[in-house]
Amino acid sequence: MIKVLYFAKLREDLGKASEELALPGDVKTVAGLRAHLMARGATWQSALEQGKALRVAVNHEIAEPGTPVRAGDEVAFFPPVTGG
Amino acid sequence: MPVRVQTGDFDIAREIDALRAANRKVGAVASFIGTVRDVNDGSAVATLTLEHYPGMTEKALEEIVAEARSRWRIIDATVIHRVGELKPLDQIVLVVVVGEHRGEAFAACEFLMDYLKTRAPFWKKEQTPEGDRWVDARGSDDVAADRWAKPSRDAA
Repeated sequence: MIKVLYFAKLREDLGKASEELALPGDVKTVAGLRAHLMARGATWQSALEQGKALRVAVNHEIAEPGTPVRAGDEVAFFPPVTGG
Repeated sequence: MPVRVQTGDFDIAREIDALRAANRKVGAVASFIGTVRDVNDGSAVATLTLEHYPGMTEKALEEIVAEARSRWRIIDATVIHRVGELKPLDQIVLVVVVGEHRGEAFAACEFLMDYLKTRAPFWKKEQTPEGDRWVDARGSDDVAADRWAKPSRDAA
């Protein structure tokens, strides 16, 4: 299982703040997880589509598309940050 | 505690006192406070709601403070960022740096703010007469943070 979190506008667009999901066998990386989630339907496709300015963190560290995702990880998707 | 994320307000005088307390080496205190404006991008802002990523946000702020400590000879620093619902005039963020001399304290303070704005997971949502809207990240913030991309001990 992995935990996936969504923040800010992405959370609102998806109507979901977090979920636990069984890591699909073919998902090995952040890019793979993103593609897996996009396959859920139009809302997910449009919220996570390539070219959108999205950040991903794995276990609280900013990740790249090639960052590995393993069982037990916490993966977060969020828009560019706007604090301060 | 050098890094705090909280809903409540903060008192800069108390935070500076805490950093200076019993430290006779401190010769410079540099600080920055960010506050809520009532207008942003042409719209009146009634309230501002700040969201964060509990766990990662604190960790990111701690890493930014550690980075400042590695770049400049500062004695200590405090970073406080508020979350939840805020109104115009409210304080949002506080950075205080104490050091022996002003140059390094000023530089580290500005660096902390520039990095915080582009690296710490916070998101602002504004409530305006035209409706709610998420604030977009600004390219100018990336430019400000990029200034620090090369080691700047010499420039401090």
